[in-house]
Amino acid sequence: MTYFPEEVVEHIFSFLPSHSDRNTVSLVCKVWYEIERLSRRSVFVGNCYAVRPEQVVRRFPNVRALTVKGKPHFADFNLVPPDWGGYAGPWIEAAARSCVGLEELRMKRMVVSDESLELLARSFPRFKALVLISCEGFSTEGLADIASHCKHLRELDLQENDVEDRGPRWLSSFPDSCTSLVSLNFACIKGEVDSASLERLVAKSPNLRSLRLNRAVSVDTLSKILLRTPNLEDLGTGNLTEEFQTESYLRLTNALEKCKMLRSLSGFWDASPACVPFIYPLCHQLTGLNLSYTPTLEYSDLTKMISRCVKLQRLWVLDCISDKGLQVVASSCKDLQELRVFPSDFYVAGYSAVTEEGLVAISSGCRKLTSLLYFCHQMTNEALLTIAKNCPNFIRFRLCILEPRKPDATTNQPLDEGFGAIVRECKGLRRLSISGLLTDKVFMYIGKYAKQLEMLSIAFAGDSDEGMMHIMNGCKNLRKLEIRDSPFGDGALLGNVAKYETMRSLWMSSCNVTLKGCEILASKMPMLNVEIMNELDGSCEMEENSVDPSRVEKLYVYRTTAGARDDAPNFVKIL
Amino acid sequence: LKASSQPPYISTILLSHQHHLLLHFLHYTNQISPHLLLPHHNIPLPLISRFRSTSQPVAFSASSMEIDAENLSATELRLGLPGTSSSEDRPKKPSPTVGTKRALEDTTSEASGTGSAAGEDQDTTTPAKAQVVGWPPVRAYRKNTFQAAAAKKAEQPGGLYVKVSMDGAPYLRKVDLRMYKGYRELREALNALFTKSLAAAENGGDHQYAIAYEDKDGDLMLVGDVPWDMFISSCKKLRIMKGSEAR
Repeated sequence: MTYFPEEVVEHIFSFLPSHSDRNTVSLVCKVWYEIERLSRRSVFVGNCYAVRPEQVVRRFPNVRALTVKGKPHFADFNLVPPDWGGYAGPWIEAAARSCVGLEELRMKRMVVSDESLELLARSFPRFKALVLISCEGFSTEGLADIASHCKHLRELDLQENDVEDRGPRWLSSFPDSCTSLVSLNFACIKGEVDSASLERLVAKSPNLRSLRLNRAVSVDTLSKILLRTPNLEDLGTGNLTEEFQTESYLRLTNALEKCKMLRSLSGFWDASPACVPFIYPLCHQLTGLNLSYTPTLEYSDLTKMISRCVKLQRLWVLDCISDKGLQVVASSCKDLQELRVFPSDFYVAGYSAVTEEGLVAISSGCRKLTSLLYFCHQMTNEALLTIAKNCPNFIRFRLCILEPRKPDATTNQPLDEGFGAIVRECKGLRRLSISGLLTDKVFMYIGKYAKQLEMLSIAFAGDSDEGMMHIMNGCKNLRKLEIRDSPFGDGALLGNVAKYETMRSLWMSSCNVTLKGCEILASKMPMLNVEIMNELDGSCEMEENSVDPSRVEKLYVYRTTAGARDDAPNFVKIL
Repeated sequence: LKASSQPPYISTILLSHQHHLLLHFLHYTNQISPHLLLPHHNIPLPLISRFRSTSQPVAFSASSMEIDAENLSATELRLGLPGTSSSEDRPKKPSPTVGTKRALEDTTSEASGTGSAAGEDQDTTTPAKAQVVGWPPVRAYRKNTFQAAAAKKAEQPGGLYVKVSMDGAPYLRKVDLRMYKGYRELREALNALFTKSLAAAENGGDHQYAIAYEDKDGDLMLVGDVPWDMFISSCKKLRIMKGSEAR
């Protein structure tokens, strides 16, 4: 291969589909390393502290698409204190200095400031796509800069970010010359939106295929927009409140009927049951439906809609759909691949209308199911065994029984056997979250059978260090392990230290690890950052200090080539 | 509370934990969010009902093994100090892990000083678990979106009782507009309240009726034109009008 001119080798590399493949070829020899790095167009950084931004941009100066992820996953559930880190600034600054050809930036769980957004907008003349997921730290002013300066913007996708509202000016900041928009998602913007600006923007964007509006957009505006977007494939509605008397309703139905390419629907903010019938003409063509932000729709409204969605592949709903509703889903949506059932009641002892029966029904009706997130009231081993037999193709299986440590609802036994069946039958399982009453036995099963497992989430489970050891020794492909409120201590932490080098990260909170154990880990494995968080919130007064000061409340361990980070707040100690 | 949907083990531990509940009553008051106790929640904790501050706590009969749903909801007792409003104890307030675990420890009778939640034999019926940081594992964005809507509702104090008259009915009724989530529920409730009068109206050949309301300015308006929240803030009186008049 070294006899071929560089361009040929580069061309061959361009067929390599994944980052890991490209990483592998770059290890073959120096020549290949050089060819690969200069031709790399897309770089994925799973942990922003695993490598310095400067190193990345120096190695891959011609990168076009950069993806960076920041905070650990449990940050989604407020387990990571604010100001922990994950700043986008250094990445954008480094790229601005060295990779002016950058076209796409995707960030997840990072802190992005308005200044960074402005720098981004001004530094990359060919910038096309900005995707921010679960980020924070910026406002609509930063978005205004993106809109004004990115002349070739194709994609602005804001998913579930915490955005400070500084007015609707950002939407009017798109210059008249900007006609390239393909995807616009501002559903998470909390504030008002200027309808006229929105309509103008849509009118001059003939390539618009995906549009997700926020709560402030009225039914009337939605109707007007839809008349301009007959090729829309993905729509997130604005609010659909009861204003459905006469003309609004008719206009919306007419406009929707023109959208023959529409495959995916979401939004439904404040949707009233009266709005459901207007969706009916669309249902038969939908492959994706997200009703999970609509507590105002009940079981009967939901089932009337979903029973018509015979081509549905992806469904997100709230648990008010109930087991009965899931049976309707099971009998109507034979092509279903992904199902997410979210709780509508966020209290630990709260009620859910969804139990193991719903999931058993789904598994027997929807045999193509590969991805599941299921919050429920209770579960049984028997149900899990049935589910595993029915759907052996699970890639992602996340089950959350609302009450921690809840046993099998009929036998009162731990759910070890049930989850054991899941990992045994689903040989391709890559992601697993377990819940309910679980002993070390379930970890024995996971370690023994879940050979493809990459990510495991554990909460309120296990009896002893042995549990975690099964995982550390058995799961060969494990990349991310996150544990909370489980009795694993230093023995488990230190039982297989070499393993951490093969993983992206380990999170342990409210477990039994001590400071001593973490210090030993840090000294044995210098290529890891061992971060300890023992924040004592001043607002909570405790008369008896029941917390053992040597016990580590939160531990985050990750491999890194960058050394200890210098932006850590004072409650984070890096050993 | 629906007895049929309770897992069987709940009823068998009902008796043994009755005394636990009464003993730990005081511990609960500051740590349980009243939202746990809203009537439309089916709480799998047999002894938690809504306490009104003026009622006596109910002495549960030890001879009854079954959860009598009707009786429990009729007691209408709420856990909480008299005068606590439902806008307190919002989970939006960042509850630190340590503080929250404290709530867990206090309410288990074997609370020890170690502060280790792991491996402890948690009493699974204690409602103190109502608030555990980061559980259930739902994104903050989702929780905030829902709570913004719920907070708006809860801000408004008390009930919103309005008179409902129906043409031809001998006496008026009163309904609490805050009990309904939207127009459909209201219609269903009114249907239920006025079944006899409606039946009589239908027998007379008059099948159409319209629901109208009197607003702040005294004008008679048709129900359903404006968003629900706007409606309940401006509605002073409801009037069910017979078809001939409604047109």
